[in-house]
Amino acid sequence: MTTNALRRNGSKGQVGDKVFSGAALGAGILILVTLLAVAVFLLIQALPIFSADPELVSGGEGFATYIFPIVIGTVIAAAIALVIATPVGIAVALFISHYAPRRLAAGLGYVIDLLAAIPSVIYGAWGYLVLAPALVPIYAWLAENLGFIPIFEGPASQTGKTIFTAGIVLAVMVLPIITSLSREIFLQTPKLHEEAALALGATRWEMIVMSVIPFARPGIISAVMLGLGRALGETMAVALVLSTGALIPSLIKSGNQTIAAEIALNFPEAFGLRLSELIAAGLVLFVITLVVNLIARAIIARHKEFSGAN
Amino acid sequence: MSKRIDVKDLNVYYTNFLAVEDVNIEIEAKSVTAFIGPSGCGKSTFLRTLNRMHEVIPGGRVEGEVLLDGDNLYESGVDPVTVRSQIGMVFQRPNPFPTMSIRDNVLAGVKLNSKKISRSDAEDLVEKSLRGANLWNEVKDRLDKPGSGLSGGQQQRLCIARTIAVKPQVILMDEPCSALDPISTLAIEDLINELKNEFTVVIVTHNMQQAARVSDKTAFFNIAGTGKPGKLIEYAETATIFSNPTVKATEDYVSGRFG
Repeated sequence: MTTNALRRNGSKGQVGDKVFSGAALGAGILILVTLLAVAVFLLIQALPIFSADPELVSGGEGFATYIFPIVIGTVIAAAIALVIATPVGIAVALFISHYAPRRLAAGLGYVIDLLAAIPSVIYGAWGYLVLAPALVPIYAWLAENLGFIPIFEGPASQTGKTIFTAGIVLAVMVLPIITSLSREIFLQTPKLHEEAALALGATRWEMIVMSVIPFARPGIISAVMLGLGRALGETMAVALVLSTGALIPSLIKSGNQTIAAEIALNFPEAFGLRLSELIAAGLVLFVITLVVNLIARAIIARHKEFSGAN
Repeated sequence: MSKRIDVKDLNVYYTNFLAVEDVNIEIEAKSVTAFIGPSGCGKSTFLRTLNRMHEVIPGGRVEGEVLLDGDNLYESGVDPVTVRSQIGMVFQRPNPFPTMSIRDNVLAGVKLNSKKISRSDAEDLVEKSLRGANLWNEVKDRLDKPGSGLSGGQQQRLCIARTIAVKPQVILMDEPCSALDPISTLAIEDLINELKNEFTVVIVTHNMQQAARVSDKTAFFNIAGTGKPGKLIEYAETATIFSNPTVKATEDYVSGRFG
């Protein structure tokens, strides 16, 4: 019998390796199974609506006609939120990571993280009671002076409960997500790259453009995608703030609806075909989120060669 | 295109900790000056005060004067950004910008402060700088590839090309070869010999043979013990430092009988 002294049997380290790799694999599979289960549930429950008589669907013209306006409404609300929250979030994160004195930075970071802990119904109430009335005169001004642009077409809402208000509330809600993640990544920029820029005679802003932003790019995209996920799926705040209606181009009139709010508002009384209609709407939301994430992945992957990871 | 540096009574601090004490040194234009000494003696810290990179570290500050052809770097109203564009720096670990191509790395410093440069001038400058760093022949066919794809020695020469592209008066090098293999080290040393025709070069090195090979003058820094400030012990012609130093500590260090 040959014995190889290099062969080890059952040492503690080996067992640990096996346990850990098993646990990691299990966790990975669990996520996939959960995702698959959700997708299957949505598909099965939604199936009746696709074969139903178009006249029986809400609106009486089939599922596509029903879902299209609220898909657009969802996208508009999320887009407004991101257009506002992305630059502000990145600017705040840069201020905390590279401009503020250390003590102020720590305090500010803490406050931003607290923002993320506020329940969405509170944001909704704030939007309903404070923000919407405050925006009424601004909407009136916009309708009067910029009314020739379709998105500001009047007459403006008298309550301020518009898709634009909803977008602003969503922006406040996704701001902490974008800020915290961006800040963490900005702080991880290698000192080496920052000093390389400074030693060439870069100002602080040029240093940020040359070394911090390129390093943080994939992270910023991920942060924005997470924010987008929340903005697309947010229910309570939109349900409270938005006075719903048909799809209209004007952002400052009552109208429009988002998928999540549509589901939440109608779910309690829904049964039969209406129920599967709402679940199908959920399926559409699920697909939108998936597609958006795939696009983000593709953007990050396209710049892999220059990412600094090699 | 090179200026001299005179340092007068310079004390270097980290917040309240005195890291380097009372340095006086004159560095000639178009010469290579080497700083040697044991780890932690403050030679890198001191080097970073010569282009105001020391103050990038939180709490970093200095007292005293550093004169570039008579102009004090630390006078109030002097912008560190201007100082650094005149006094370039090459770091211990090669640090090309990973997201930029080789070409953009070379032009990175030139494009700063919203300076515009025409396409043909840019191409000329890229070639001239890369030739100046003895890197042109190795990279001329892949200028659009990322700088991070080069070998360590090539990356370091790319960093030198980037530094000389802005036409500085002085080039500071902080142990530029310590992360490189002997062949790349030789390439950099040859390069330093050429650079001194145009620039004032100051190099920190742990490698005494390297100091002996490349420098005209050598400064020996030492530290009395942990927590004590580093000091400039002796500064003279390199040949003198290595063959006939006046201070016992220098002799012990260069002959390897240190500590």
